[in-house]
Amino acid sequence: MKKLTGPLTKAKIKQLRAGQVLSYDGILYTARDQAHKRMAAMINKKQELPFILKNQVIYYCGPNPALPGRVIGACGPTTSSRMDRFTPILLKAGLLGMVGKGERSKEVLSAIKKHKAVYFITHAGCGALISEYVKSKKFVGFGDLGPEAVFAFSVQDFPLMVAIDSEGDSIYD
Amino acid sequence: MRKIKSELIKKKIESMVIRANTQLRPDVLAALKKAKAKEKNKLLHNMFSAIIENAGVARNKKLAICQDTGLPVVFLEIGDKVCVDKNIEDIINQATASAYKKGYFRASIQKDPLLRAKRPSYEPVIIHTNIVNGTRLKITLLVKGFGCENKASVKMFNPTTNLADIENFIVEVVRWAGASACPPYVIGVGIGGTQDFAGLLAKKALLRSITKPNNNKKLASLEKRLINRINALKIGPMGLGGNSTVLGVNIKTYPTHIAGLPVAVNISCHALRSASVVI
Repeated sequence: MKKLTGPLTKAKIKQLRAGQVLSYDGILYTARDQAHKRMAAMINKKQELPFILKNQVIYYCGPNPALPGRVIGACGPTTSSRMDRFTPILLKAGLLGMVGKGERSKEVLSAIKKHKAVYFITHAGCGALISEYVKSKKFVGFGDLGPEAVFAFSVQDFPLMVAIDSEGDSIYD
Repeated sequence: MRKIKSELIKKKIESMVIRANTQLRPDVLAALKKAKAKEKNKLLHNMFSAIIENAGVARNKKLAICQDTGLPVVFLEIGDKVCVDKNIEDIINQATASAYKKGYFRASIQKDPLLRAKRPSYEPVIIHTNIVNGTRLKITLLVKGFGCENKASVKMFNPTTNLADIENFIVEVVRWAGASACPPYVIGVGIGGTQDFAGLLAKKALLRSITKPNNNKKLASLEKRLINRINALKIGPMGLGGNSTVLGVNIKTYPTHIAGLPVAVNISCHALRSASVVI
């Protein structure tokens, strides 16, 4: 299995093809519905985000709290399409990768192609298993959102599949 | 009258809530293993392995099977000769919230659906009550994540509608769900009642074991036909294709009005979680 190491670069992403199975070492920033809504509004108002979006990977995830002695609770992907309306704004601001589950809109697909980014999927409905790949977590921002806050997950051997590559080829087509 | 103490009910609900969230239903696990055994494609085979491994990790490490621990839906069956010392809806809400905290499960409930200004909480849950004869008290929890709940649909058909049109509707709802709601799915179908009641039937249908055929022969053959048609959509695990888009289709019916034929479809992800306790 091909290993992908963060931080991502356009050169690394260019090598990836839709359907490819990978294992990822690096950082994933959790962000879902409300964090996206806020970040898109902040970008439009030219405000500073809780983390620098450029070249980063966002993971559509609202994790469970950690049991004592564990890094994090169940933390599988949530449905990506709910983030579609905000994704082109984030890609324009420098976001390079996204991890989630399921199909994306046409607008997202063309934004991925335009900005030479990538959309990955990971094992949907397997939150317990995925928590095993998270080695540490750090709070980043939007704490008032509770489980929808932004965390930086440091992950190792995190299972990914390229769903939409930088050429705009999709496994769902 | 049979008197039941609220403390006992609370305790029983708490352990049932933890079980529902961390232990995949045996019928669902069996169906997943069967689907995996039939799958020849290596990639799809691996997808099934991950789903089955996830159930094992959750059970052994007492983790939630899925991070979406749902908007808990509780089905309460209470005998007319049962007397409880406190409001039973309060007991259910408190016990469920307490178990979610103890289990380190996510709080996913937004008190204000429009403003969404506050941190998500554990209450209130949804409670459906049936009064039955006797001294029985049965509480069932369906842990319904919203990835799949978002793909539910109700259609009000004409009473003269052909069965074929109803079948087409059910298949189209699944096609529309695509890969987004964590396939392979279990499909609950509610036919009859009113618009709201059909939705409830569809949800209740998910509680029936998917390894048991429908008691009604006509419905059993309709379920089989729907399973074949939905599998022909070739959505498959993660939307990667193959012959397993559904693990089961469960239909529940109820009398309805002469002027209508409500049909509801409730999709469950492969992590179909429910548990019951009889007190």
